Parts: sequence; C-alpha cells; structure tokens
Amino acid sequence: MEHRDDIGAKLGMWVFIFTEILLFGGLFLVYAVMRSRYSTDFHHAAHHLNAFIGAINTVVLLVSSATVAMSITAVQKGNTKLAVNLLLLTLLCAAVFMVNKYFEWGHKIHIGLYPGSDLMITLNHGEVMFFSLYFFMTGLHMLHLIIGGIILTIVLVKVRSGTINANRYVLMENGGLYWHLVDLIWIFLFPLLYLIT
Amino acid sequence: MTEEITHHPEPSYLVDTGKRKGLMAWLTSTDHKRIGLMYLFAIMVFFVIGVILGEMMRLELFWPGQQFYGPQTYNGLFTIHGIIMIFTVVIPGLSVVFGNFFLPILIGAKDVAFPRLNLFSFYLFILGAAIAVSSQFMGNGPPDTGWTFYAPYSIRTHTNVVAAVFGAFVLGFSSILTGLNFIVTIHRMRARGMTFFKMPLFPWAVYATSWIQVLATPIVGITLLMIIAERWLRIGFFDPALGGDPILYQHLFWIYSHPAVYIMILPAMGVITEIIPTFAQRNVFGYKAIAFSSLAIAGVGYFVWAHHMFTSGMSVSARWIFSLLTFLVAIPSAIKVFNWVTTMYKGSIDVKPPLLFALGFIWLFMIGGMTGLTLGSLAINVHVHDTAYVVAHFHYIVFGGVGFAFFAAVHYWYPKMFGRMYNFKRANWAFVFLFVGFNLLYFPQFIIGYMGMPRRYFDYLPQYTFGHQLSGLGGLLLGIGVIIMLQNLFSKKGAKAPDNPWGGNTFEWRIASPPTVENFDELPEMGENDRPYDYK
Repeated sequence: MEHRDDIGAKLGMWVFIFTEILLFGGLFLVYAVMRSRYSTDFHHAAHHLNAFIGAINTVVLLVSSATVAMSITAVQKGNTKLAVNLLLLTLLCAAVFMVNKYFEWGHKIHIGLYPGSDLMITLNHGEVMFFSLYFFMTGLHMLHLIIGGIILTIVLVKVRSGTINANRYVLMENGGLYWHLVDLIWIFLFPLLYLIT
Repeated sequence: MTEEITHHPEPSYLVDTGKRKGLMAWLTSTDHKRIGLMYLFAIMVFFVIGVILGEMMRLELFWPGQQFYGPQTYNGLFTIHGIIMIFTVVIPGLSVVFGNFFLPILIGAKDVAFPRLNLFSFYLFILGAAIAVSSQFMGNGPPDTGWTFYAPYSIRTHTNVVAAVFGAFVLGFSSILTGLNFIVTIHRMRARGMTFFKMPLFPWAVYATSWIQVLATPIVGITLLMIIAERWLRIGFFDPALGGDPILYQHLFWIYSHPAVYIMILPAMGVITEIIPTFAQRNVFGYKAIAFSSLAIAGVGYFVWAHHMFTSGMSVSARWIFSLLTFLVAIPSAIKVFNWVTTMYKGSIDVKPPLLFALGFIWLFMIGGMTGLTLGSLAINVHVHDTAYVVAHFHYIVFGGVGFAFFAAVHYWYPKMFGRMYNFKRANWAFVFLFVGFNLLYFPQFIIGYMGMPRRYFDYLPQYTFGHQLSGLGGLLLGIGVIIMLQNLFSKKGAKAPDNPWGGNTFEWRIASPPTVENFDELPEMGENDRPYDYK
C-alpha cells in the first residue's frame, strides 16, 4: 500500500514548524514581560555578552542555511557529490556554532554567571532574569540545533545511498526546512540578547 | 434500518493477516483502527483508575474530620486524579479513540496521512502516562500541587513535581503530533467530490480540535519545562526572590489550559452531532452553523484564559474584557444545542442507548455551560472561586459533557468496531445509574460551594456534611453505573452486528462491521448532489 503524498508531507512539516515557533514563543513572551519590567537591568546585563562572537554565530548559521538550500538544488539536478559536500559544509557550520557557544557558556560559568550560582543571587532582579533567559533560550536553541544536525546527518546518509534523489527529495526539503527554523530562531535571539546595549 | 448480516469475504481488521501475530501484531500496527482500539483500552484503564481515586476522595469527605487519610495524602489524591483524568483521559479522549478509528472512514480514506507517526503518538502517550504515574511511587512522594502546578508552591514542594510535569510534557507532544496528523489527513485525503462542506460534522469537530492541539499545546510544553528549570536550575521566572512573577506562571499555564478544554469538548460535540441525526432519522439542522461554530469555539476560546484568574489581582479592564469574551464563547456552543434539539423536532425518534447518552449529554452540558456563565460573572466569581461550585461546574462540563459523549460514542460505534451488539437493557440501566448518580454526586457541590465549601480541602465545617453525604451516595451510584456499563460492553454474548444497525447515513455504515483492513472495497466518491446526511 505505497502511499506517497509529497504535498501532504510538506504540509505536515510546516504545521510542525509552527508548533516549534510557538514553543519558543512562550519564552519570548517571558522575555517581553521581564524586559518591559527591568529594561535598565537588561541593558546593563547585555554588556556581559560578546556581540562579536554572537555576530560570527549569526553569519555562520546564515551561511549554513544557504549551503543546505544549495544542497537541495544539487540533488534536484542529480549532482550527488556536490549535494553531499554542501551538507557536510552545513554540518561543519553547525559544529563551529557549537564550539563558539561552548566557549561563551564556559566563560560565563567560569566567572560564576549562571542560574543558581552564588554570584547570581547577589545581582539585581532584572539582571538575574536576563541571564536566566539567556541560558534557557540559547540552551533550548542549542538542543534544536543538535536535533537539526542529526536530521541533516540522516539526510546526508540517504543522499549518499540514493534513497533521496532527483525524483524523491521531500525528506530533504523537510530537513532543510527544520534547519532554516533553527537559523530563524537564532536571528531573533541574537538582537534580543546581544544587541540591546 | 438494515438488519440482515452481509457476508464480507475480506478478513476484518481484528484478524492478524501480516507477518506478526497476537500481541506484537497489535503493538506494531500502524492501522488507524487498531491504534484507536489500543488508545481505547489504555484510556479505559486510566479512567477506571481516575474514578477509583475520585471515590477515595469522596470516602474521606463523607464525614467531617479525618477518617482515613490526612491532608498530605488527600492533596496527593486530587493532584493525581486531575493529572490522570485531564492529561490521559479527556484531552486525548474522543480524538485519539474515535478520531483515529473513524476520521479516515468518515472521509473515505484508507488511513491517516502519517500512519507511522500515529503509532509513535500512541507510544508517546503510554510513555508520558507512565512517567506521570511514576511520580506516585518515587522518592519524595506524590506531588501535592494540584494538576495546575501553580508557582511558587510547585517550585518549593519537595514532592515529585518534575516527574509529573515531564510526563505531562511528553503527553503534550503526543497530542501535538496527533493533531498534526489529523490536519494533514483532512486536507489531503478526503474522498473525491467531498469538499470541506460535504464532510460530515465529526471530522469538522476533529479538524477544529486538531488546530487547538497544534497551536496551544506548545505553550504549556514550554511552561512545564520552565517549572523543571525552576526546580533544578533556579531559573527564577516565577520566583519573586529572583525577580520573577508567580502570576506569569498562571497566565502561561491557562493560555494552554483553557483552549485545552475545547480540545476536550469539540470532538464530544462532534459525536453528538453524528448520533442525533441517525436516531431522529433527519438531516442535521444548520450544517454550516455547526461547522462554523466549531471553528468559532476554537478561535474565541484562545482569548478567555484569564477567567481562571479573576481573583489574582488583575486590573478591572482586564477582568471585564475576559468576562465579556467568556460570555461570547458560550454563544457558538448554544448554537449547537439549538441545532441538536431542532434536528430532533418532528423526527422519527428511536431511543436506543447511544441516543440516551446523547440526551444525557445535552442536559449535563447545559448545566455545566450555564454555570460557566455564572462563574464568568465577575461579581459572582469573587464568592465562588476556589469553592466546590467550580468543582461542580467543571465536572458537569468535562464528565457530564465529554464523559457522557464518550459513553455515547462507545455505544454508537461499538457494533461497527467489534462486529457485535450489546444488551440494550443493561446499557439503559447503566445509563440510569450513571445519570442519577452523576447528578446526585455533583449538584449538591454547587450548593455547598455557594455556601462557602472550599475546593481541595480534605476536611470541612459541619454545615456542609449533608451535601457531602449526598455526593458520596451519588458517587456510589455512579460507580455502580460504571461497573454495569463495562460489564455489558465486555460481555462477549452479543449478537453479530449488521453493517448498519442504526440506519445511519455516513460512510462507516456502508462498510463491514467490523471493517476490513483497508476500510473500503472501493474508495467512495461524492457526487454533485450528495450530502453528508441524507435522511428524508
């Protein structure tokens, strides 16, 4: 009973993307409430974030969105080798992002700026809220980045084996869509956390 | 009404025809009918557990003073009773059982859009329920926060809040994926010629429900994760000591949990809309009104959440706006009630068990709905918030409404699902015990609540004793009704069911009882002049 419906598959993926946006939406709601309540503290606390590294991460993710989109076009044109290489490039970008994040978080944890730390309890309420939001939102984003990486790895395997090919690539489109979501969430996080100084 | 038994050569879906046999054939099946039955069995088990927990509460409340267990145990009881009933019984409820089983058939499809995702949703459901129930047996004791998990207590209590909350999170994921599946199914797999406005009304109800599942559940998902982050990481969003706000929790929680009650009731109303035309042998009155009212309930239902928070300190403007919207959302529900009653007018009424339960639904739903309006009035709410009045209101709507609709659906579609009839007399007796027991259990709660009896209290002042004892008696009768009903439905002595025992007109009554694996020998089509309900 081979039932193939590419339009249905894409519709399902779009609905799922919508639910992910709403999931993060709850956090953006908390951000909005806390920032309107503690706007000065947020402004001060944001100075602890390195906007340069944040900008690099933004560029890295934008590039990765481009490479994954290009790899889909490569599959559509039957160029498996190019598609695989572009997917590998995408995953490399993801790795770079994670390494940057590791250093960012590592530094903050090292100087005691993390939820529940002794230092955190001494800070102003607004600053505590800012850092809590920073860790929760970037942490949840990181989780989705890892999930996206796993999805794209599965796609890569299937492109190499030929399961995904020029006549059958909806799985890859859906995977790419998920990756674009991960990118989009970061595009919102970056200015809200890093650029409010 | 066709009484003859048609012989169908193809095996029914109940027969194992694939590689696996027995239990494994069921647990690995992606057949929407088998998945629907597995959900039915699981939900029935959770329902019975929930009823037992409820009866245990009624037992302690029968006399003032402490007889059997103290406040800590009682608080744990009403918490797990709520978690099980809400998250594992009524929210999945009619959608996952009858939506799974009958949505594809009613729109003329062989299965849902994503059958493997469907099975995955079922496993998430079982996993989530298991995690939630595990909260009862681990380390620091069952959670005592109520199913609403309000901060700051849910942050501070040492009991197993994380297990319960994470269980609910997994259950939410299951709900989202089911909703997604049904939305794509309805958009992509309707029979040729079946436009949206030629779809029967149960699929319409499932459609509206699915949108709520998809759009509202993620908010509670993230809120529950925030509770875990509060407890494990001291994130502080709801902790005033760190700059947070407990009222923020209430807003986030109710932004989902109010639409959630529409997830519960919409499929229930959809079933009633299927049953009444069949047993009145008349076209449903106001097809488009019912279809649009489902969407209206889903839509307006997003904007009323703060009526759970009238006493939390909101501004007077916020309060009257939410009160007004609460009154508005009652209008589409009332439209449905008018349409059901009008459908029966001058119809050829056949009082079989499904109709009995459907009529019981209308009575109980109206009481529940109207007391929702009194609760939505600001002046009254101040006095009855957090009293037994609220408990009575939501049990009328959820148990009287969703519960009785569930029973109605079981009795309506039982012959189709299992290929057997059940004993009508026993079903009618079950209904009598359930209906009388239900009203005796919950109506006194309105009165003692109005007189000041708080909710979630294990003990009370002597003046409420008579009300509690009436309730206790009602609970006993209700329990007997549940036993009679289950015993009747599980009895295997029923006669073989014809394809169309009730003279229904929708697609499920044109196929075998029970259906074959592929539902239809030939996929049906709808012509220009075909209508979903085609009675005289």
